[in-house]
Amino acid sequence: MSEAILQVKGLTKKFGGVAAVNDCSLEVRKGSITGLIGPNGAGKTTLFNLITGFLVPDAGKVFFKGKDITSLTPHQVFKSRLFRSFQIARDYPEMTVLENLMVICEEQLGEGLFNAWFRSGQVQNQQKQFARKAVDILKFIELEQKKDLPAKYLSGGEKKLLEIARMMMVDLDMVLLDEPGAGVPPALQDKIMSHIQNLSRERGLTLFIVEHDMDIIMNICDTIIVMVEGRNFTQGTPQQVRSNPAVIEAYLGRGGEEKKHE
Amino acid sequence: MVNYLSSYLVMACIYAMLALSLNMQWGYTGLMNFGIGAFYMVGAYTSAILCGLPSPEHLGGFHLPILMGMAGAACMAGLIAYLVAIPALKLRGGPFAIALLAIQETFFLIIKNESWLTNGVWGIRDIPQPFFSLVNPRFYVFIYLIIAIVALTLTYLSMERAVNSPWGRVLRAIREDETLTDMSGKDCFNFRRQSFVFSSMVAGLAGAVYVHYTGFVSPQTFSPLMSTFLVWLMVMVGGTGNNRGVILGAFLVWGVWVGSDFITNLVPASVATQIGFIRMFLVGIILTVTVLTRPQGLLTQKLSNIQLIEEEKHA
Ligand SMILES: Nc1ncnc2c1ncn2[C@@H]1O[C@H](COP(=O)(O)OP(=O)(O)OP(=O)(O)O)[C@@H](O)[C@H]1O
Ligand SMILES: [Mg+2]
Repeated sequence: MSEAILQVKGLTKKFGGVAAVNDCSLEVRKGSITGLIGPNGAGKTTLFNLITGFLVPDAGKVFFKGKDITSLTPHQVFKSRLFRSFQIARDYPEMTVLENLMVICEEQLGEGLFNAWFRSGQVQNQQKQFARKAVDILKFIELEQKKDLPAKYLSGGEKKLLEIARMMMVDLDMVLLDEPGAGVPPALQDKIMSHIQNLSRERGLTLFIVEHDMDIIMNICDTIIVMVEGRNFTQGTPQQVRSNPAVIEAYLGRGGEEKKHE
Repeated sequence: MVNYLSSYLVMACIYAMLALSLNMQWGYTGLMNFGIGAFYMVGAYTSAILCGLPSPEHLGGFHLPILMGMAGAACMAGLIAYLVAIPALKLRGGPFAIALLAIQETFFLIIKNESWLTNGVWGIRDIPQPFFSLVNPRFYVFIYLIIAIVALTLTYLSMERAVNSPWGRVLRAIREDETLTDMSGKDCFNFRRQSFVFSSMVAGLAGAVYVHYTGFVSPQTFSPLMSTFLVWLMVMVGGTGNNRGVILGAFLVWGVWVGSDFITNLVPASVATQIGFIRMFLVGIILTVTVLTRPQGLLTQKLSNIQLIEEEKHA
């Protein structure tokens, strides 16, 4: 067993007295694909927001690669090579697909005003490199012919692909994915999932995935954490979780029933 | 008549710089600055005090070179913007606008009442004018027109470079989705503040260009109407988010503003005394017509700015 890359210890977040995340502790192993499941409102998205610095916890700590990142802001969290996607895909609607990808690049010379004014040659060269990288990635995920299209014209599924492409633009250690398969037609879903698996296999990223589709989660994850009412309810391999009667009752409940009828 | 036209052009250049400044804030950064005139005023007074002659009535008389006065004006406006940004940039939209409105009013009152600093409502006179001794005063306006055009051109070029660079792309990213930009490792507050400070420096510079043209400065010039409202109008008429558009807007609106002087000669004296209202009326018509026929302004926003893609194909 390899070490934990992400450790959450006693994390608590209350909204108006109601705890969305309630003394939650969990660990994600380095290099794993870990699933996070739980009923609607269990606090999964809130947990992601706490880890990535969009929310400040009322109690508890988050450690990433052994470092305390609890009080960092999102852009600082990113610099420790942790990124996330959002439950509703986010992009820059008025920017082209290519520009959407280029924004995320790090160490951009041209992001300093001085360089933008007086060293435009170097800035341009660097931008060309980034553009080349972006085009390669777009080829890989088969969006290349849309590279000059404003992102607002992409379909819902293509936007999800764009999000994955964005994760390939930079060197990351871990990505939190909030329902990457939601709202995607089944044909595209397989493609997205294979790209996600590829992130883990080829790039060695640790993935922490919230997903409601049980088939997907059981297929691609090696560990599953079940969250109920803001807590880490149980965890284990897909087989263990699937056969745990308490999980079936708490969460899989109706889903498990349906499976039997099939 | 040519003199008249030139002095119109000088002022239009100064207003165009202000419009570019506001466009950077509103058009590219989404900051609704209803106090842009404060930075113009700070720049004007800074340069007036730094370059002016000694006077018992107020601070000043440092008699520095005019270029240093202009640099000082930009720096002072930038410094104040930097400090204002710390609380104000935490606000968005309307609350930000109201905060800046209040800041303008505060600065206006300080300038008007702190006589030891600014000589109050009497203003500061005998501010040096560059190259004044070189030419016949009658033709001085032509010399100054060159200075104003140079200042405007430099402003325009630096703005265009900035907004079309990766720096400008981050600003657009922040406007389109701040959450994602934040998660992508960009310090959004810092980028917005850089934009705010830089454009405020431009407004300060415009103030310096103004005082060295008139050689005199008093608070009246910086009423919210003249220093903020008109600039907003120029940006809206010209085309928010388009630097050439807002320059066009500045020349147009200022043309109507001073052009209404001619009307005074054509109408009965009883109407001529109402010239202020006629101006407002005309400007109101321009705004209404623009909003109804071209809601985006005369020149619309340019969309994409990275020219790399074409080159990629050839490569
Ligand atoms: N900003 C907020 N303010 C108030 N309440 C919130 C806020 N964010 C989340 N909540 C509440 O916290 C609880 C957990 O929400 P969360 O979005 O984390 O659930 P989830 O597990 O992601 O659910 P889903 O599967 O539907 O996405 C919910 O009851 C929600 O209403
Ligand atoms: Mg959720």
